[in-house]
Amino acid sequence: MLALGCLLLWSRPSHAQETYFVTYTHHMEEPGNLEFATKSVSGFPRAGNAFLGNAVELEYGVKAWWSAELYLDSQTTANESSLFTGFRFENRFRPLLSEHWINPVLYAEFEDINSADKALLEVVGHDGVADFLGRNDRSEKKREVELKLILGSNFKGWNVSENFIAEKNIAGEPWEFGYAVAVSRPLSLAASPNPCRFCRENFALGAELYGGLGDRYSFGLHDTSHYLAPTIAWHLPSGPTFSFSPAAGLNSNSHGFLMRFGVSYEIDQFISRLRGKR
Amino acid sequence: MIARNKSFIAIFCLLFSATVLLAASVGDGAWKSKVPEKDRMRDNPYDSQAGAVAAGAKLFRQNCSSCHGSEATGTEKKPTLRSDRVRTATPGELEWLLKNGSMKNGMPSWSRLPEQQRWQIVSYLKSL
Repeated sequence: MLALGCLLLWSRPSHAQETYFVTYTHHMEEPGNLEFATKSVSGFPRAGNAFLGNAVELEYGVKAWWSAELYLDSQTTANESSLFTGFRFENRFRPLLSEHWINPVLYAEFEDINSADKALLEVVGHDGVADFLGRNDRSEKKREVELKLILGSNFKGWNVSENFIAEKNIAGEPWEFGYAVAVSRPLSLAASPNPCRFCRENFALGAELYGGLGDRYSFGLHDTSHYLAPTIAWHLPSGPTFSFSPAAGLNSNSHGFLMRFGVSYEIDQFISRLRGKR
Repeated sequence: MIARNKSFIAIFCLLFSATVLLAASVGDGAWKSKVPEKDRMRDNPYDSQAGAVAAGAKLFRQNCSSCHGSEATGTEKKPTLRSDRVRTATPGELEWLLKNGSMKNGMPSWSRLPEQQRWQIVSYLKSL
């Protein structure tokens, strides 16, 4: 931790690129850069205890077309306990090496989490508020493979991203499906000539829509949950990015309200710095 | 069930390997030859605008200097941008490179920056 602290103080941060909480864009981490990020979500189920789910994310740009990420999940539930709930390891590959009207990215993830996980990094299958009403229970292991097709486009300053999600518990449960779509735009498309923290170009506004699509045996919207969430991101030049997203549940299976917030911070040319070449 | 899991893992490994090989094998070579003519001939809309170079310099420091150096003179493995190749490139070619990157050579796509900001960076690069 001390070494990490020293590295953060010594580093010259780049522009972190997170805008959404659930939806992935086709933008990859710059090669050699390491991004630290936290993604937190708080919920207040009426029939259960309030909770705070956390995911700490380490994202590294292996190549310009390949990003790898490690997530460490934890949660705190009021009147219950605080738990480490598992990890996720994911890779994203961009098969087309130039910019197109629609840019596909292939995503593969392995996650080893338990049933107390409340990070809500995606919504799939028949996930819903009922999963959050029982007391913290780590008895069920979820070793899952998750595949995503990420499609992203940039048009006149707008980013439009669509994710199609397929997830399978390798213990033999059926494939579960989900979706996430998002759109965002910076408040100003051109940069101002002077250094500034509150310039319009440092703020991005957008919205996300995400939810489950059932499973292999019951595909569709029946008994699924869905959320609509405006997003706000504030990029501090040469500093962290702060993101907020209040999400509204769209049906009775959803949480009524979720508050998401996150901070991300990018260290440029991480390996070179470790080797003392910069 | 075990057989199904094995075939799933085999298919997954196959897709994973194919993706990595495809991405590794698709190179863009000399990027200038890939620029479409209509992009090559595009003019920089910020050419005559006061402040475009300063804005571009700010964007360069925020996004590009970690690889190309704060003075655009390059770093250990990344090229200088104070070169004849950049000087002789048309504004349209440079904007195309920023948008598409040269991913095989480690240059990422900067399509996440709005087009206006990419042109501002081009203004700065042409001022070097």
